[in-house]
Formats: sequence, structure tokens, C-alpha cells
Amino acid sequence: MDFSYSYLVLVLPFVTFLFLGLMGTRLSRKAAGVVGTTMMGITAVIAYTIALDYFFGTTQGQLVDGIRQQLVAWDLTWLEFSEKLVIKLGFLLDPISAMMLIVITTVSFLVHLYSLGYMQDHHHEYEKGLQRYYAFLSLFSLSMLGLVVAPNIFQMYIFWELVGVSSYLLIGFYYTLPAAVSASKKAFIVTRFADLGFLVGILILSFYTQTFDFITLTSDPTAAIATAGGATFMGCSVTAWALTLIFMGGAGKSAMFPLHIWLPDAMEGPTPVSALIHAATMVVAGVYLIARMFPLYCLEEGAMTIITVIGAFTAFYAAAVACVQSDIKRVLAFSTISQIAFMVTSLGVARPELHDGVGYMASMFHLFTHAMFKALLFLCAGAIIHAVHSNEMSAMGGLRKYMPICNIAFLIGCLAIAGIPPFAGFFSKDEILVAAFLNSPIWGVWMMLVAGMTAFYMFRLYYKIFWWNTPNYHHTPHDGPMTMSLPLIILSGISIVAGFVPFGEMVTYDRASHPIHMTMWVAISSVAVAVVAILLATKLYLKENEAPAKMKDAFKGVWTAAYNRFYMDELYQFITHKIIFERVSRPLAWFDRQIVDGSLNMLANITNSASYAVRKLQSGNIQAYVYVYLIGALLLGAITVICLI
Amino acid sequence: MDYSQFLSMPQEIGLLGVFLLVFLYDTFLSKKAQNALPVFTCVAFGIFTIANVFLCDASCSIFGGMFVNTSATVAIKAVLNIGTLIVLIQSVKWANSEYMTVRRGEFYELLLITLFGMYIMISARHFLMFVIGLETASLPLAALVAFEKNRYESHEAAAKYLFTAIFSSALFMMGLSFVYALAGSLYFSDIAAMVAGEKMTMLIIALAFVIAGIGFKLSLVPFHLWTADVYQGAPTPVTGYLSVISKGAAAFAFMVILAQVFGSFYDVAWKWMLYALIVLTITLGNLFAIRQRNMKRFLAFSSVSQAGYIMLGVVAANDFGLASLMYYVLVYVLSNLAAFGVIGAIENKTGKVMMSDYNGLRSTNPWLSFAMMLAMFSLAGIPPFAGFFSKFFIFAGALSTGDVALYVLVFIALLNTIISLYYYLLVVKAMFINQPGEGGAIETFKSACSERVAMVICVLGIMLVGIVSCVYAYMVEVASGNVVGIF
Repeated sequence: MDFSYSYLVLVLPFVTFLFLGLMGTRLSRKAAGVVGTTMMGITAVIAYTIALDYFFGTTQGQLVDGIRQQLVAWDLTWLEFSEKLVIKLGFLLDPISAMMLIVITTVSFLVHLYSLGYMQDHHHEYEKGLQRYYAFLSLFSLSMLGLVVAPNIFQMYIFWELVGVSSYLLIGFYYTLPAAVSASKKAFIVTRFADLGFLVGILILSFYTQTFDFITLTSDPTAAIATAGGATFMGCSVTAWALTLIFMGGAGKSAMFPLHIWLPDAMEGPTPVSALIHAATMVVAGVYLIARMFPLYCLEEGAMTIITVIGAFTAFYAAAVACVQSDIKRVLAFSTISQIAFMVTSLGVARPELHDGVGYMASMFHLFTHAMFKALLFLCAGAIIHAVHSNEMSAMGGLRKYMPICNIAFLIGCLAIAGIPPFAGFFSKDEILVAAFLNSPIWGVWMMLVAGMTAFYMFRLYYKIFWWNTPNYHHTPHDGPMTMSLPLIILSGISIVAGFVPFGEMVTYDRASHPIHMTMWVAISSVAVAVVAILLATKLYLKENEAPAKMKDAFKGVWTAAYNRFYMDELYQFITHKIIFERVSRPLAWFDRQIVDGSLNMLANITNSASYAVRKLQSGNIQAYVYVYLIGALLLGAITVICLI
Repeated sequence: MDYSQFLSMPQEIGLLGVFLLVFLYDTFLSKKAQNALPVFTCVAFGIFTIANVFLCDASCSIFGGMFVNTSATVAIKAVLNIGTLIVLIQSVKWANSEYMTVRRGEFYELLLITLFGMYIMISARHFLMFVIGLETASLPLAALVAFEKNRYESHEAAAKYLFTAIFSSALFMMGLSFVYALAGSLYFSDIAAMVAGEKMTMLIIALAFVIAGIGFKLSLVPFHLWTADVYQGAPTPVTGYLSVISKGAAAFAFMVILAQVFGSFYDVAWKWMLYALIVLTITLGNLFAIRQRNMKRFLAFSSVSQAGYIMLGVVAANDFGLASLMYYVLVYVLSNLAAFGVIGAIENKTGKVMMSDYNGLRSTNPWLSFAMMLAMFSLAGIPPFAGFFSKFFIFAGALSTGDVALYVLVFIALLNTIISLYYYLLVVKAMFINQPGEGGAIETFKSACSERVAMVICVLGIMLVGIVSCVYAYMVEVASGNVVGIF
């Protein structure tokens, strides 16, 4: 069987989206949920078939000389502007897209399932607008799948924007809440702003390399760059500019500093959405983008340095902020930013010659494991919020007695993210640290420090929710229904075993098989750092005590700054409102009103008075008509004759 | 004479066949069967329209070159057929109204015979042939305009139309006589060969008269003054027919004459003549349209202005211009007939034709308002409706010559598009935003089946013709090689 059936992976979510969207409220809320979940389940099965066939099948030329091939399952020409400028829609299968198929469909299906339980109030009534919710979830799944299988950069851009739109729609799902509306706008505007760079980058790159096609670009990157003919702009080669601008788009979607400000606010959306979009899939699109074009990036050292520095800084910055937040979803949001920064840094430090490009493999590995355990953590958070009706840590505590399933699942998630063996995060994070040390000890130490902070804030979160003291609950909190618990159990299972997936044999930069080497001293020291951090968190937060408050007082300045996210939002506010709106927009608005509108108004006034002036011409008198006719004809001839002579 | 030459004009013969069938049906069938006459005509003409696609011979030159068929003439005739078919379908309800019953056969016969005249105009390559076509197309129309003979406006309109038509023909013929005096032949090709390189005053005057003569049919300013009165007075189906079919045929013939006969005068004379006429036509048409409150008068001036846009294709004077012209005519046929369809349906039901009567139409007749809105959007050139594409291509056609003067012309046309948007949107505003007046909005009614069929055809056309890019590609294909001898 060839891969042509893969179109189903895109068609099914699209059909579901259309069906749910068009049926609207004619479908009951429950039916919409069941239909959406079922269709996503079928899509997941197909995606698994494709991915497994790709990784383990042999009949389609998946593996040639030990190297996994990039297969184009189908390719439709959509718009043909010229011979070279062709926009196609297709389906590219290679290790990373096959892996992403698994990640997306798994998490998406579990989130669909989970939402059936989550989107109910206490009387087991489904929430209003659930049809819309499932329609948007389908749209999102479609967009994300289309993005990862794109064989050319233009298709990727189209689906990239669709992802942005569906994220906007889902964040703003509770459109009656002002906070949700402004969060959705913020997410959309910030990512759109970043996508501007992406688009410009695409245009520059395709203009100079004469192709949109990923395979052409990456199979021989030296030739692709050579096509640009060494053109430079402001001292840097145009391809470096293009790649940096493309990274800007990726940084926007992946919430890298300083474009990260939308992600914490995006937590206003329903929690399952956060798990799907803002933890597992959409936010890694930027990482995926860099991985997709990795061979090109490798040739531009400058762009790689920018990626590394931004990644490493963001990882630290977000971890620092996460240490002091009190809203559990925000802690998870900043933790996500920090973990994605790990992946970005890992790509940034990766070089083909360093240990067979281990950074690339590590980044993809961490993307995979992180998607699983972060989705798990978010879904747990959702269950907790569902139980206590608050996002604030102060409203929680001692929940281990009331929510045993959630407790275990959350603990597994925390152990995974902290990098404790044998949980998934240990393996992937360890590879990232190895890659960082290979590139430079500075990055290695830096990332290890951030890994320690990760362990600390995650266990702070864990203890504050499940231990600490027990407040008086109005309703006794309890674990969610089976639809909610089942995804938690499945994801816990995956988070435990995912580390044993032989990524080195499946997903590498040259698509050949490279066995993973454990570097003992890195592994031991990273585990040691994590354990120390966990012990510190245990000491501070296991039982209610005064120590955290004292520490807060001792480092008041730093604490306040971190709590306010180092005033990044205020900085943006200042730049947009005080500088752009006041100094740029206002004069432009004046110009628009007075000059542009003014000239159109003038046109309207002239037209009006002219039409009043000429009305006499139409007298209704046939003799007059004929006179005008004759004079017109004679004048026409006479003037022409005079002009000629 | 070789009578088998007649076989090379299958479209004309087919049309005559339809005409004869209608005539025989009308004359000999029982009174009861007469009621089915409108439907019979529609069916017969519909079959003919479809059959046309198969039976036309795309390249022939007969009667010593007086009559030719090229791929472009075949295509423009097909466009006119579509338009005529829509008009016929629209008129079924009207033709079955009580006081029409005695004479409805005549209506169809006259209509078909004018179309026949237009066919001749389009295919003629000899001025005598052309004049025969022109008159066949013009005079029966006067009878059609006067068709509602109990209505005062109807004969006033007919009288105005007839006088102006005769006057314009006289002027045209005078121009021809000048030409004949100089060239000694009335064949297009002979004249073109004779006048090439000449710059005689007499020829320029002749050219001006020819332009004025055909300018009447196209209602170019200042030869347009009859338009509003006639459109207002004539029965609505006739107005629709006058505004699109008659114009489309004349525009095509105009381009053929200017390019093939006076091709050598392009740069020195007629480009500038048309330039002036286009600016006047578009601008004055718009200025008058703004003040109209009667829907039919309003559309009359809108059609004056649209004729100016059509002329942009002529002034481009190349194959691309011809393709854009034919495409524009097709889109214009669909859009304008959609508008006339709505006006006719409302007029048949309520007798109301003022714009203020349309206030609040959306709440009572949403589908009619929707069709009217699409027609207005398309006429104004709002994407993604067909009118946008036709305007785009006609502008592109005018720009394709690379002539700076034409750039300015297109800019003026663009400014006028903004003005036209204003009055087209006035109609939309009346239907969708304005509150109904004291008598309330026009009450909900069910339009006749035939009216609905015609409306659906128009609306589908408006929505699809622009998007289905092969229509334009087809026009470019058939137009290639049709404009010769200019450069």
C-alpha cells in the first residue's frame, strides 16, 4: 500500500470542521463532542498507520542504504504563476513529519476526549457553544497536520497562519470574558507580527533560491545558497537575513523572548486547549520550522548563534519567572516557554560534525517527550481547576487526599520534566545537555542551571497543590469523570516509557541511524542538580511554613520583578501606546483624515455640484437632443482636423 | 451565384429558423395554444443557443468577402444569444399579462429579427451589408419600445428613439458617402488599403460621422440623450434588451470597423476621438446617474457610463482589447439583466419603479434584494464578483499598449469607478438599510417561475464567471488574430 491514502489525515478533520461548523446548534452539544472525538480518533489511527509504515515498513523505499528517505506521498499543483513560481499542496513524509503526526494526533485525540468531561459544569450540563469548540478543535488539528506535512514553505506558511487563526478562536472561546478576548487578540497580533518576518523571510529565500520546495532546499543546501549568488544586504548574506527572519516567525509561534508575551495570557482559553495548542503542538511549530530547514541553518553560523542565544536566554528568563508565579496555569505556561527554549537552544548548538548532530535529535526527542508530559501536566491542571474552581495556588493544597489519580499523574509529569530517570524527560533533556556541552561548556553549564530551576519550580507547584496546608473547600474536590481520567492515565504511561523510544535510530539530522550514547558524567550531574532542586523545594513547600515568605522578603526586588515577568508587558505597552500610537499612528491618522479622506470628499463635492450643473442637458426635448448630437459630431471631427493641421 | 454559400452562415439560418417557427406558431396555432408561445419561444431559442456551440463554422468568408465568420464573431454571437435568452425568459410573465395577449407573437418576432440584424452587423465586412444589419437592428426596436401602446411614455419613448435613430443613420450614411467618394469601394479591406497613409480632412469628418452613427447605438456622450427617456418609457424587458444586447453588438462592430477600416488613423485620429468620448461618457454618465431616482432612468445612465468602460477595450485596439471587450460584454449582460430582472419582477407585481420604493426590500423580499445587491456589486466592480474581473481585464487591455496617454485614461476611469460605487451602493442602501416609507416596504411576493429561472442564471453567472478563469482564457483565444492592420 502506498501513502496516497494519507490525504485522509487532512480531509477528515476538515470535513469534521465543516460538518460541526455548518450544523452549529442543530447538533446537540454532546453529539458534536462525540462526533469530533470519534473523527479525531479515526484520524489518529490513520496517522499512526502512516507513521508506523514509514518508520518500520520497507516496501515504499522508506529506507535506502540505511538512510530514511523523504517521500512525497502526493503533490497537487495549486497555483502556477510561472515555471518556477509554483504553489503546491502536498504531503511530505520524513522522520520529523511522521513523528509530528503521532504527537499531534495523540494529544489532539486525548484532548478531544478529555474535553468531553471537562467542558461540563457541576450539573453535568455541557457548556454552551460546545459545537463551536469542537469545530475549532478540528480546524486546529487540520491546520497543524497540514503544517507539519508541508513539502514546501508556502504550504507551511498557509497552515501556519491557519494555526494562528484557530488558536485565536480557541483562546477567545469564552468571548464574553474581556480577559479572554484581549488575550486572543494579543496572541493573534503578536504572532502575526512575528509572521511578518516569516513572510518576508520566505519571499527573500524563495526569490534568491528560486524554489519553495523543502527537499530542493535542504537536500543540497550549499547549492541552494549558491543560487543566491552571494548577494548581501547590510554586510550579511541574503540567505542569513532570510533565515533569521524566518526564525523570527518561529520565535513568535514558539514564544521565544521577546515575543513570548502572548503565551501566558493565552491561558485564558479552556485548559484542554492550553494542553493541545499551548503546550504540545502549536508552540513547537517554531522548533519544527528550524528543524525542517536545519541543513540551511547549519551553513549560516550567524543565524545559529542568534538562535542559541535567544533560546538560552529565554530558557533562563522563563524559568526564573515560573519560580514565583501563583497562578498554576501561568507556571505551566512559563515552564512551556522555558522547555521550548531548551529545544531551540538544542537546535542552535547542534552541528552535523558534533557527535552526529546530536542536538538535532535531542531537540526532536525533547519535543516528543515534552509534548506528552506537558499535555499531561496541563490536563491535570485542568482537572484541578475543574475541582477547586480557581487557578490560584492559594485556593489549593492537600489535594492528594481528594484527587489520587491526578496526584499520581501530576507527580509523574513533574518527575519527567525535572529529568529524573527513568521518566521520559530525563533522556531527552540529557541529550540536550550533551549537545550543549559539546558546543561549548558555557551553554552546558547554563542549561544545566536552568534544568535545576525547572525541577525546583515544578516541585514548588506540585507541593503547593497537593501538600502544603489544606484550605476549607466549599465542595469536596474529587477526580474528574472517566473521560478526564483516562487521558491522564494514558499520558502518564507514555511519560514513563517515552524515553525508551530509540530516537537516535529514527529521527536524526541526516536521517541515518545513530545510536544514542549516554555521557555518564552529564547524566549523573544533571540528575544530581535535579535532586538537589527537588529537595530544596521539598524543604520549602512540603508543609506550610514561614520560610518562603521570609525568602520573598529577603529578595523583595528580584521577587517583585520576576512576579511581574520583569515588566516585559509594561515595556510593550509603553512602546505601542506611547511611541507607536502617539508618535507614529497619530500623524498618520491625521494625514489619512485630512489629506486622503479630504481629497475623496473633494471628489464627492465636485461630483455633486457638477452633476447639478449639467442636469439641464437632459431636457426631454428631442430637438435639443438632435442639436447636441449634431454639434457633438461636428466638434469631434473639427477639433481632430484642427489638431492635425 | 453559389447558393451553397448560405450554408456557411449556420447561426443566421438557425436564428431565422427559430423566427419562422415562432411566426408559424403565432399565426396558425389555436388561441389556446397561444398561451404557451412565450415558453415555446424560450425553449426553441434555448435549443438554438446550445446548438450554436456545435454548428458554427469558425472561419468563412462568403459573398465575395461581404460576410465573414471568425472565432470572435462566433463567440460574441454566443454571448448575445445568452443575453437574449435571459431576456426572453424574463419576459414570459410580462408577455402573458392580459393586455399583451393579442400581440405577444409580434414581440418575439421583432426581438428575434433585431438580433438577426445584429448578427449581420457583427459579421459584415462591407458597409452596405453593415447598414442593412444596422437598420434591421434599429427600426424594429422602435416598435418594441412602443409596445405598451396604451401607455403615454411608451410612445413618447418610441418617437424619440425613432427620430434619433434615423438622424444617426443619416449622419452615418453621410460619413459613408464621403468614404465612398474617396475610396470608390465599400469593402472594409478596400477602404483600408485606399486610406492608409492619407490624412484628408474629409476622411476625418467621415470618421467622426461614423463614430457618431454607431455612438448612438452605444449611447456615448454626447449621442446619448435619448437613452434615459427611452429606457424609462420602454417596457422593462425591452429596456433590458436595449441596454445590453444592442450595446454589445454595436461595441463589437464598432471595434471591427475602427480597427479594420480606419486602422491607419488610430494614432492620428480616432484614438483621441475615442479618448474624449470615453472621458465624457464615463464622467457624464456617472454625474447623471447620481441624481436619478427612477430605477430605469438610473440604469440608463449607469449603462451610458458602462459603455464608456466598454470603449476602453476598443481604444486598446489589439487582440487583448477585443478579448476584454467581449468578456466585459458578457459580464455586463449578466449583471445588468440581473438588475433588470429584479426591476421587472417588482414592476410586474406592484408597478413601482422608484428607488425609494425599494426601501426595506430586504425584510420582505430577501432573495430579490440579494440578486439586486449582487448585480450592483458586479456593476460597480467589487471583487469577487464577475464585474471586478471584467473591469480589471478591460483596464489591463487598455494598459497593454503601454501608451502613457491611456494610462491617464485608465486613471480617470478608475476615479469614475469610485463615483459609480456611490450610486450603485445607494440602491443597496435603500434595500438593506433604509427604513420603509409610509406605505411600508413592498410586500412579500413570490416572483414568477420564469423570472426566477432568469435570475438564477444571472446570479450564478455573476458569481462564477469571474472565478472560472477559463472563460477569459477562452475569450483571449478566440480574439487572437481578429484585430489586424493597425500596427
